[in-house]
Amino acid sequence: MIATLEQKKNITAASADRKPVLFRISRVQKDTHDTFTIDLEPPKGGFYFEPGQFNMLYLHGVGEVPISICGDPSAHDKLIHTIRAVGTVTKAMQKLKKGDLLGVRGPFGTNWPAEESAGSDILIIAGGIGLPPLRPSIYHVLANREKYGKVVLLYGTRTPKDILYRKELEQWRARFDMEVHVTVDRAAGDWHGNVGVVTTLISRSHFDPSSTVAMLVGPEVMMRFTVLELQKRGIEPDNIYISMERNMKCGTGFCGHCQYGPTFICKDGPVYPYPAIKDVFVKREI
Amino acid sequence: MMESLEPLLAEHPFLKGLDPRHTQIITGCASNVRFDTGQIIFREGEEANQFYIIRQGKVALQIYTPGRGSIIIDTLTEGEVLGWSWLIPPYQWRFDAVASELTRAIALDGKCLRNKCEADHDLGYELLKRFSSIVDQRLESTRIRLLDIYDSNP
Amino acid sequence: MKTKEPLPTPTVTIERKNLDVLFSALIKNGYNVIGPTVREGAIVYDLITASNNMPVGYTQEQNAGKYKLVKHGDQSVFGFNTAPLSWKKFLHPPTLELCHSHRDRNSVTITTPKIEPQKHAFVGVRPCDLAAISVLDKVFIASPYTDVGYQARRSDVFIVAVNCGQAAGTCFCVSMQTGPGATKGFDIALTEIIEKDRHYFVAEPGTDQGETILKSVPHKEANIYELKAAESQLENTAEQMGRKVDTTNIAELLTNNSDHARWQEVAKRCLTCGNCTMVCPTCFCSTIEDVTDLSGDNASRIRKWDSCFTLGFSYIHGGSIRSSVMSRYRQWLTHKFSSWHHQFGTSGCVGCGRCITWCPVAIDVTEELKAIRSNEQTNPSTKSTKEKQ
Repeated sequence: MIATLEQKKNITAASADRKPVLFRISRVQKDTHDTFTIDLEPPKGGFYFEPGQFNMLYLHGVGEVPISICGDPSAHDKLIHTIRAVGTVTKAMQKLKKGDLLGVRGPFGTNWPAEESAGSDILIIAGGIGLPPLRPSIYHVLANREKYGKVVLLYGTRTPKDILYRKELEQWRARFDMEVHVTVDRAAGDWHGNVGVVTTLISRSHFDPSSTVAMLVGPEVMMRFTVLELQKRGIEPDNIYISMERNMKCGTGFCGHCQYGPTFICKDGPVYPYPAIKDVFVKREI
Repeated sequence: MMESLEPLLAEHPFLKGLDPRHTQIITGCASNVRFDTGQIIFREGEEANQFYIIRQGKVALQIYTPGRGSIIIDTLTEGEVLGWSWLIPPYQWRFDAVASELTRAIALDGKCLRNKCEADHDLGYELLKRFSSIVDQRLESTRIRLLDIYDSNP
Repeated sequence: MKTKEPLPTPTVTIERKNLDVLFSALIKNGYNVIGPTVREGAIVYDLITASNNMPVGYTQEQNAGKYKLVKHGDQSVFGFNTAPLSWKKFLHPPTLELCHSHRDRNSVTITTPKIEPQKHAFVGVRPCDLAAISVLDKVFIASPYTDVGYQARRSDVFIVAVNCGQAAGTCFCVSMQTGPGATKGFDIALTEIIEKDRHYFVAEPGTDQGETILKSVPHKEANIYELKAAESQLENTAEQMGRKVDTTNIAELLTNNSDHARWQEVAKRCLTCGNCTMVCPTCFCSTIEDVTDLSGDNASRIRKWDSCFTLGFSYIHGGSIRSSVMSRYRQWLTHKFSSWHHQFGTSGCVGCGRCITWCPVAIDVTEELKAIRSNEQTNPSTKSTKEKQ
C-alpha cells in the first residue's frame, strides 16, 4: 500500500530529525483568486512519491503545513504542489516567487490504489481543493490507460472561477477514453456547464458499479453524501477510497494531532479504504 | 408518432417499471420536442402546463435578479425530468428554463395528465411517488449547496 | 570469542547504609543520577547525588484532586509512590528545538541541533513508570518512524526501579498489569524493607550492567527469608489498591460507546485544563511553534508538549473539529484506553493514577470507565446516521 521499503527508509531518515530539505522554486502560477501552484526542483536524486501522498512544506520563520503532492508520479525531476491560501502559512506562501527556497519533508502517508486497480473502471470524484491530491492518480491511470476500464472524473467547485486545472480538464474531456463532468454550486447565466452538487453527476456517468474503484476527496460533507450515492449505485464499500484531512504537525505519528478514530491520518491515511473508517466517518467531533 | 413514443417513455428512468396501462395513458399526453441552444423552454410566471422528460442535451434552470442578471439554480440532463409546477396550484413556473445545448425531450401535457390522475388515483399516486423522489434529490442537492462547503472561510 | 553462558543472576541484599555506594558507583560510571527529591511541597525527579537528597521519611497522601506531602514516621527512602511529573520530561522534553533556519539574502540554511548523548541513571522508577517508558518507546521508536532524539536520550538510560511497598490512594496498576512489582525493563530493581532493627534493600539485577553496578556495592546474596519478605510486601501493596479498572474488551467498550450519555456528564465537570495530559507518563502529543528573532533571519522550530484538551489541538482551517468539552474528554480517554491498542499494541494507561490526583475537579478515570461499562449503549451508531430529512 505505502511507499516502497527503500523510499520508506529515506523518509525515516529525512523526517526523523525533523529537518526539512530545501527545494528551489522553479515556477509559481496563480490558479484562482486563492489557489496557486508551485513547481519545485528537487535536490539531486529526484523526488519519488506515490499518488495520494503529501509533504510537509516549511516556509522560513512562518511554519510548516501538510500539502498533498499533485504532480506526475513518474516525473522525478519536479515536485508540484497546488496550495490554497487559507491560513497564516499558506497565505505567506502565496508571496513566494521563482528562485525562492521552500523546505520539504516527505512524502508521507498512504496512497491511492492506482496500480492495484488495474482491470477496473476508475471513478474519481473531487470537490473543491480535492482535485490536486487526485491528479497524480489521473496521470498514472492515463499513462497506463490500456490497463483500466472506463475512466470517469467528476469535479465540483463553488463557482466557475474556482475551477482548477482548466486547460487539463479540457484536454481530458477531449479524450475519447475518459469521461469528465464538472459542476459548480452556483453560476451566472452565461455558464454552459452543470450547476448542482457533485453527487448529481454520479447518476449521469457511465461505469460498471460491480468493477469500479472510486477515489474521492473533498469537504467531509461532500464525501459523506458521495459515499451514500456510490453505494446506492452499487459500488462495494471495499472499492471506495477516501482521503481525510486533519491538523498535522509532524507527519510521522509523533504529534498526535491528526488522530482520526483509532488511526493517525499522517501514517494510516490520508487515503483510507472506506470500510477502515466507516465507523467514525459519520461520528461528530472525532 | 404516438406509437413510437410509448417504448421511449417506458425506457426512460423516470417512468421505468410503470404499469403498461399507465404508460399508455401517459403516452396519450406526450409529444416529441426539440430545443436549440439558448432557446427558452419556459419562463418564470408563465402558466405551467407541461413537464419534460429529457432524452438528450442540457437544460439550465435560471432565475433573474436585477443587478446580477440570470443565476443558474440547477442544470438537468439526459435521463432527468424538468418541471413539476404543473402538479401544484397555481400551476405557474417559478424559474426560467433555457436549453444550454441542443436538447431533445418528450413534453407531457400537464393539464391532460392532471385530469387523468384525478380519474385514476393509482396513476396519480405512482406519478406523485416518482416526483417526490425527484423533489427529494433536488432538495438534498440544494441543501448541500446551501452549506457552501467549498468556501475557504466557512 | 565464545559468548559466556549467562549465569543465573543472583538477587542480593544491600543494607541501607550502603545505598550511597550505589549512587557513587553510578556516578563513577559516568551517570547523572536523577531521582526523587522534595521541592516546594511536592516530590520531583531531579539531579541528586546521594540518598540524603531523597525524600527520606516522607510519604504522599493522594486522592482524587488531592495531593499532600507528609512525614511518615519511619526513615524509609521510598515511602511514597510517584512524583507528579513523570520521567517523560527527560525522554520527551516539554520544549525542544527541532531545527534552526537561517536566512541570508536569497539563501536559507536549515540545521538541526546536535544530539548530545546524556548518560542518565533514573533512580526510583516505579513499575507503572517503567511500563510508561516502554509505552513511549513504542510511540517513538520504529512506529514506523523513529524520533532519533528520543532514541538517543533513551539509549543511555540506566534504570534503578523500585517495587512499591505501599499503594497511593489513586493507584490502580494491578488492573493495568504494570505493578506493583517490576518484572522487566530495569537494570536493577530494589525492594525496600524496614524491619524493627534492620533497614535494607532486596536488589535484583535485570541486565549485565545492572549486575556489574551491583557488584561494586557491598551486598550479600539474598536468603529465602529476605526474598519472602519482599514478596509478601508486594502482595500487601496489591491488596491496598483501592481503585480498579475492568479491562475486559476495553478498546471495543469505548469505541462502541462513543455516544454514551456519560461523556456529557463528565464534560459538565471537566475544565479542559489539560493537567491530566501533562502529568500522564505516556501522553506524548506535541505542537510546533515557529519563533524568529527581530530581523527575521533566524527562525527556530520549537516542539512543545500539547494537550488534546485545548481547542486549538484539532483546529483545521475553518474551525476546531473537537469544539465541545465532551468530544475532547472522549478523545483523551478513548485514545488512552482504546485507540492506543490499535496504534501501538498496548494500553496507553499504566495505572499510575496521576490524572486522578491532579484533576482539579477530581475526575476519576476509573469511575468514568465503570460508569460507561455499567450502562453500555445497545445501539451505538443509529443516532448520527439518520439525519437526512
